[in-house]
Amino acid sequence: MKLHRYEEIWLILGVGILVLSMVITGYQTFAQGMGPPSDTAQIDPQKVNETAPFDNPGVFEVGENEYEVVMTLQAFGFTPNEIEVPAGAEVTFIMTTEDVIHGFQIAGTNVNAMVVPGRIQTITETFDEPGEYLILCNEYCGAGHQMMSATITVH
Amino acid sequence: MAAKETFKEKTNKALGVNPDDARLTLTYFSLAFIVLFIGGTLGLLQGLNRAGLLELPAWFNYYQVLTAHGILLILIFTALFMVGYFYAAMSHTLGGLISKVRKMGWIALGLMLIGTVLVVTTVVMDKATVLYTFYPPMQASPWFYIGLVFIVFGVWTATLGVFTNAASWKKRNKGKHLPLLSFFAVGAFLLLLFGSIGVTIEVLTLIPWAFGWTETVNVMLSRTLFWSFGHTLVNVWYFTTISAWYVIVPRLIGGRLFSDTLARVVVILLVILNVPGGFHHQIVDPGFTEGLKFMHVFMSLSIAFPSLMTAFAMFAVFERTGRKKGAKGLLGWVKKLPWGDVRFLAPMIAMIAFIPAGAGGIAQTNNQLNQVVHNSLWITGHFHLTVGTTVVLTFFGIMYWLIPHLTKRELTPKINKLGIIQTITWTVGMLFMAGAMHWVGLLGSPRRTSYTTYGDNATALDWDPYLFFLAIGGTLLFIGVILMVYIVFHLMFKAPKGNTVFPIAQPEDDASTPPKWTERWGLWVVLAIAVISMGYLVPIVDLVVNAPPGSPPFQTW
Ligand SMILES: [Cu+2]
Repeated sequence: MKLHRYEEIWLILGVGILVLSMVITGYQTFAQGMGPPSDTAQIDPQKVNETAPFDNPGVFEVGENEYEVVMTLQAFGFTPNEIEVPAGAEVTFIMTTEDVIHGFQIAGTNVNAMVVPGRIQTITETFDEPGEYLILCNEYCGAGHQMMSATITVH
Repeated sequence: MAAKETFKEKTNKALGVNPDDARLTLTYFSLAFIVLFIGGTLGLLQGLNRAGLLELPAWFNYYQVLTAHGILLILIFTALFMVGYFYAAMSHTLGGLISKVRKMGWIALGLMLIGTVLVVTTVVMDKATVLYTFYPPMQASPWFYIGLVFIVFGVWTATLGVFTNAASWKKRNKGKHLPLLSFFAVGAFLLLLFGSIGVTIEVLTLIPWAFGWTETVNVMLSRTLFWSFGHTLVNVWYFTTISAWYVIVPRLIGGRLFSDTLARVVVILLVILNVPGGFHHQIVDPGFTEGLKFMHVFMSLSIAFPSLMTAFAMFAVFERTGRKKGAKGLLGWVKKLPWGDVRFLAPMIAMIAFIPAGAGGIAQTNNQLNQVVHNSLWITGHFHLTVGTTVVLTFFGIMYWLIPHLTKRELTPKINKLGIIQTITWTVGMLFMAGAMHWVGLLGSPRRTSYTTYGDNATALDWDPYLFFLAIGGTLLFIGVILMVYIVFHLMFKAPKGNTVFPIAQPEDDASTPPKWTERWGLWVVLAIAVISMGYLVPIVDLVVNAPPGSPPFQTW
C-alpha cells in the first residue's frame, strides 16, 4: 500500500501525540506515584461488618497530619458520612461496599474510584484548601442513589 | 473499470432493487425509527427530570426510564439500523441477497423482537431497573437476561447471514475483491461477533443466578466481560458510520474514493485492535494492578490510529474533489461542497463532531484525566457527541437516499429542506446538551443520577444552570426525533415515485487494485484473537482463579 507523503506526516504526528500521552501517563503513574486507585486486596462481601478494619469505620489520625478514613458504602449512604480533617492533611480513604457496586467521588478534586463487592479500594488525597467538600456516589446503586452523599470539612 | 461499473449501475437501475431484499431492510428501518421515537421520548423525560423541571411518577421512575432509554437506543435502534443498512448494501453490491440469507435476516429480526419485548416488559414492570450495564450483584428478573440472550442470538444470526452471503459471492467470483461496502459489512459484523462473546458468557452465568440456582456471582469478572462488549459495540456503530463516509460521501460530492486499499486496511485494523479498548472503563476499578492498567491505556489509544487515517482520507477527498471543480487556495474547496444537500450535510456535521469527540476520547483514556471525569456527566456528554451526533447523524443522512432507493421514490426539494432543518435542530440540540454535560461533568456532576441537590449542598447547587441547558438541548433533540421519524415514513410511503441511485463512489481512474492480502480473513481473525488474549487473558484468569467470595443478589430499586 502506497501512502501519500502528507498522510505519512499526519500519521507520524498522530502517533507521536499518542506516544507522548503514553509517556506522560507512564511518568505520572510510575515515577510520580499518581497512578489510578488500584488496590488488589480482597474481602468476603457478606462479612464486611465483622472484618477488620471495617468492623470499626471512622476517621483515624495515623501520623503527623496523616489520616485514615475507614469507610463502608451501602445503599444509600457512606459510613462515616461527616468527616473533619485539618487543612494540609494527607487523607487515605480505605473503602469497601456491603452490597452493590458504588462510586466514590469528591466533587472538585481528582478523587474518583469504583468500590466493588469483594474488593477493598484505597485512594489518597491531600486537602490544602479549607472548606466543605461533597462526596457522592457516582455509580447507579438503586432507587435512592441520588441521595447517597457525605461531606468532608477541612478546617 | 469506470465503464464497467456504469454498466452495472445501468442494469441495477433497469432491474431495480430486489423487492424481497427491499422489504427486509424497510421492515428493519420502520422498527428502528419506531424505537427511536420511543427512546427519544424517554430521553426528553430524563433531560427534563435531571434539570429539576419534571417529576416522574413512582410507577415509571427516572431509573426505569434511563434503563429503557439506554437499551432501546444503544442496543435495539443501532442493531436494527445496522442490519437493515448492511443487508441493503450487500443486496446492492453483491447482486441480491441469496435466499437463505434473506431468511436469516427475517429470523434475526424475530429473535431480536422477542428479546426486546422480554427486556422492555421486565423494565416496565420494575423488575429490571438495572440500567443497560446491568452490573451484578444488582439482580434483575431472569427474563430480562433471557431477553438479552435472544437479542444476541438475533445479532449472531444476522452476522452468520453476512458471512454466508460474502462467502457465496466469493465462490461465484473467484479472484475478485469483495466490493468495498460489503467488505465493511464483513468487518463490522466480525467485530460485533468478537465483542459479544464476553457479554454472552456473562449473561449465561447470570441466568442461573437470577433463577436462584447458583447463590453468588463473581462481580469483577462480570464487569470485565461486560466492558469487553460495551465499548466494542460503540466501535461497531462507528464502523457502520465510516462505511458511508468512505463509500457514499465522495460520490455525493461528485468525487471518487480516496483509496480502496486504505479503506480496507482501516477495516482490518478496526477488527484487530478494538476489543481490549473497553478496559479503559475500568481504570479506577480495584483488583487490577497499575501495570496492567497502563498496558491497557496503550491498547485503548491504538484504536485512535485507524481513526486518524480516516480523518486524513475524508479531508483529502473533499480537497481533491474541490480542486477538480476549480477550487483555489488552501480552503477554497469548502465552497465547492454541496452544503444545501442534506444527504451530504448530515454526515458532514457528523464528521466535524467527531473531531472534538475523538479528541475527548483520547484525553479520557489516560489515567489522570480519566480520574477527573470518570462516571461524571462528561462521559454522558462524550457519548452523546460520538454516538448521538457522529453515528446517528450519519444514519439519518443515509435515510435520505436509501429509503427512496428501496421504495423507488424521490427525495423532493421540500423534504430536503425539512431534512436540513432536522439536521440543524439536532446539531444545536446536541451542542446544548452534550456541551452542558461535558462542562458540568468537569465540575463533578455525576451521570446516571436523577435530579438532586444532595440536601442543598452548595457545590451541587452550582450545577443547576448547566443542567437547564441540558434540558433545552434535550427538548430540541426531541423535536429532531419527531421530524426525523416523519421524514423516514414520508419517504417510505408518501414521496413521489422515481428513481434514486445507491450512491457508491468509484475508484480514481489510476487507482491500483487492493492487494491480495486484504482478503486474508483467516489471518485477521487469528490476529484479533491474539490481541484480545493479550488484553484479557491475564486479567480474566486472575479474576477467576484469585476471586474473593462471591456476592449474593440485591434488589435495591
Ligand atoms: Cu451508591
